[in-house]
Amino acid sequence: MQLSQKHVEYWNKNLRITAILLFIWFLVTFVVGFYAKALSFNFFGWPFAFWMGAQGALVVYVIIIWYYARYMNNLDKEYDVHEGEE
Amino acid sequence: MAGGPAPSGTGGMFSAGSQKAFNSQLKKVYTWYTGGFLVFVVVLAILEQMGLPRNWIGYVFLLATVLLYAGIGVMSRTSDAAEYYVAGRRVPALFNGMATGADWMSAASFIGMAGTLYLTGYGGLAFIMGWTGGYCLVALFLAPYLRKFGQFTIPDFLGARFGGNIPRFVGIVAAILCSFTYVVAQIYGVGLITTRLTGVAFEIGIFLGLGGILVCSFLGGMRAVTWTQVAQYIILIVAYLIPVVWLSIKHTGVPVPQLVYGKVLEKVTAREQQLIDDPKEKEVRAIFKARADAANANLANPKAYDEGKAKLVAAVEAAKAENAPEKVATAEAALKAWPADAAAATAQWTKDKGLAARAAPPLRHAEAFPGKDEKASDVSRRNFLALIFCLMVGTAALPHILMRYYTTPSVKEARDSVFWSLFFIFLLYFTAPALAVLAKYEVYNLLVGTEFAKLPQWVASWARVDPALLSVVDVNKDGILQLAEMSIGGDIVVLATPEIGGLPYVISGLVAAGGLAAALSTADGLLLTIANALSHDLYYKMLDPNAPTARRVMISKILLLVVALAAAYVAAQKPADILFLVSAAFSFAAAAFFPALVCGIFWKRANKWGATLGMIAGLGITFYYMVTTQVWMREALLGIPRSAPVQLWWDIQPISAGLWGVPLGFLVIIVVSLLTPAPDRETQELVEHVRYPNLAGDTMKTLGT
Repeated sequence: MQLSQKHVEYWNKNLRITAILLFIWFLVTFVVGFYAKALSFNFFGWPFAFWMGAQGALVVYVIIIWYYARYMNNLDKEYDVHEGEE
Repeated sequence: MAGGPAPSGTGGMFSAGSQKAFNSQLKKVYTWYTGGFLVFVVVLAILEQMGLPRNWIGYVFLLATVLLYAGIGVMSRTSDAAEYYVAGRRVPALFNGMATGADWMSAASFIGMAGTLYLTGYGGLAFIMGWTGGYCLVALFLAPYLRKFGQFTIPDFLGARFGGNIPRFVGIVAAILCSFTYVVAQIYGVGLITTRLTGVAFEIGIFLGLGGILVCSFLGGMRAVTWTQVAQYIILIVAYLIPVVWLSIKHTGVPVPQLVYGKVLEKVTAREQQLIDDPKEKEVRAIFKARADAANANLANPKAYDEGKAKLVAAVEAAKAENAPEKVATAEAALKAWPADAAAATAQWTKDKGLAARAAPPLRHAEAFPGKDEKASDVSRRNFLALIFCLMVGTAALPHILMRYYTTPSVKEARDSVFWSLFFIFLLYFTAPALAVLAKYEVYNLLVGTEFAKLPQWVASWARVDPALLSVVDVNKDGILQLAEMSIGGDIVVLATPEIGGLPYVISGLVAAGGLAAALSTADGLLLTIANALSHDLYYKMLDPNAPTARRVMISKILLLVVALAAAYVAAQKPADILFLVSAAFSFAAAAFFPALVCGIFWKRANKWGATLGMIAGLGITFYYMVTTQVWMREALLGIPRSAPVQLWWDIQPISAGLWGVPLGFLVIIVVSLLTPAPDRETQELVEHVRYPNLAGDTMKTLGT
C-alpha cells in the first residue's frame, strides 16, 4: 500500500518530537554528568550536580514520557490514525 | 483479602462498556486491598504491643503475603493462550504501570540501592539515573510500536521483522542468557529474606519462596503474574516509604524527605570534614594502615611464616628467663594467635591486606568523581557515564520489561503505561538518595563518638545476625566508637532503618515483606520470559507450528517448573558475585536487543543478515570483554590466575562491557544491511504497520491469539 502525504507528515512529526525529547534526556544525563565537578554550586543545600543525579533528572524523565504520550495521543487524533475508542 | 482482581474472560477485543467497567472494578478491588493491608499492619502492631513475640510477626508476614500471592494465582488460573501470554491484552495503563514497577524493582533496588548510595555517594547515582532514564528509551523507541505489533514475545518481533528463524533463535538465546543470570540473583534474594524473616536454613528459604513464585506464574501465566505484581507493588512501596518518612520527621520535622534532605546533606558534609581531620579517627586509620603494610611485607617474604613464629617463640623464652609471669602470658597469647600453618597465614595476610581500604578517610558523599589526581578523577567520570549508558540501554532491552507492553489494550494505553511505570518506579528511586543521606546523618552524628557501652541495642543485634552487615571493634582501645572502627554492609541501610529510627518491630517485618515482594515479583516476570521463549518461540514457532494452544500452554508450564528448579539450584550454590551478575544481564540485553529492535522499527532497510550478525557481534564483544577483564570469570572460563594483569580498554570496567557491544551492534547492522539486498515489500509494510496506531487501508494483522 502507498502512504499518503499526511501519513508521511505524521511520521516526520513523530521523529522530530522523539529527537527533541532525546536531546533533553541526553542533556540532563550525560552533559550534566560530564560537567558534574564544575556544576557543584549550592542548590537549596544540595550541590547542583548531585541534586540533578538524585532528583532533578528523574523528574525530567517522568515529564519527558508524560509529554511524549500526550503529544502523540493528540497527534494520532489530528492525523486520524488513532485507534477506535475503547 | 479483597475479592478476585481478575474476573473471567477470554481475552481479545472488548467492547467499550466492558473495558471501562473492568477498569473501575480493578480500582475498587485494589483500593480495598490497600486498605485491608494497612489494617492488617495496624492489627499486628497492636498485637505486638500486647506481647506477640517477634519471630511470630515474621511468620505471620511471610505466610500472609505468600498466601495472598498464591490466592491471586489460583483465582487467575487460565489455559487460554492470549490470557496466559499477555493477560488478555486488557491491562489498563495505570495497573500495567504498577505491575511493571514491581516487575522492574528487584531485591537489588529495594534492599541494595540505598546501601550502594550510602557506601559510594555520588558514584551510586549511576544506578538511580540508569535504572530510571532507560524508560525514556522504552517510551520513545519501543513500547508503542511493540504494542501495535502485538504478539507475545520479543523474539516474535525479531522473527517477523527480520524474516525467518535465525534472528528469532539468536533472540531466544539472548533472552535466556540475560533473564537467567537475573533470575538467579532474585531467587538468592528470596532465600536471604526468608531466612532473615523466619530463621529457617537458606536452602529451605529458597524453596519456600520458590513455592510462592510458582503457584502464581504456573497456574495463570501473565494474567496471574500481572495481578499479583500490582498487589506486590503496593506492599513494597508502602514498606519503603513508611520508615523514610518517619526518619525525615524525626530529623527535619517535614514528612517529605525528598524535598528537604538537602539541609541534612549539608550537615553530613560538614561532619565528614570533621571526621577526616579528627586525630582519633586518624589514629585508627593509621593502625589499619600499619596492619595492611605488615601483611603486605609478610606476603612478599616467602620465609615470613617461620621467621615470625621463631621470633614469637624467642619472645616467650625471653619472658620466661626474665621470670615475669605477666610478660609470659602476653607473649604466649601472641604465639597462640599466630596462624597454625603457612597456608592459614597466607589466607590471614591476604585478608589483612584488604584493611588498606579502611585506612582511607571517609568518602565525601556529595563529591563527584573523587580521585587522587586529575587522571583518576577522569577515569572515574568515564566509568560513571559508561555505567549509566549500559544500565539505560539495558533497561530498554530487557525482554521481561518489554513484554509487559504487549498486555495493554491499545497503543495509546501503551504510551500512557510507560509513564505510569516510570512514575511508580520513580516513587522509590526518588526516595533512596534521601534515605541514604538520612541514615548517614544518623550514623555519623548519633553513633560515632558514642561510648561502646552505650551503643544502641540494634548495633549488637545486627552484628550478631551477620558481621558482614555491621561490625564494630574498638581498634584503638579508647572506649569510644570512631567511624573507622565500624564496617558496614550496604544492605543494612534499608533493613535496619526501622530500628535506627526507633520504630516498632512490625515495621521491620513490613520492610522484609516489601523486599520479598520485590524479589518475588521480578522472579515471576523473568521465569515467565524464559519459559515463553522456550515454549512459544522455540517449540511452537520453530519446531511444531501446528501444536494446539492447550499443548503450548501446558509445555510452557512444565518448562517454567524446570527453569525455576534450575535457577534455584544455581542460587543455592551461592554464586560469587551477585551484583556483578545482575549488571552483566543489563550489558548483555543492551548489546543483543537494543540495536536490532530500534533499527527494526526506525530503519526499513535493516534486513535479516544485518540484524542477525549485529546481534551476534554485539553480544559477542560484550561477552569477550567481560570474560577477559573480570578476574573471576577469566579464571573460571579461561584458567588465567586472578593475579595476572588485566588489559582494560580505555579504562572501562567490565561491568560496563555493553559500552562496546551497543555501538558495534548498530554498526554491524547498518554495514551488513547495506551490503545485502533490501527486505521484501511485505516486511517494509510491516514496518509501516507498526509505526501507525491505525493505518487506513492497512490490511495486515499481526495481533497474536
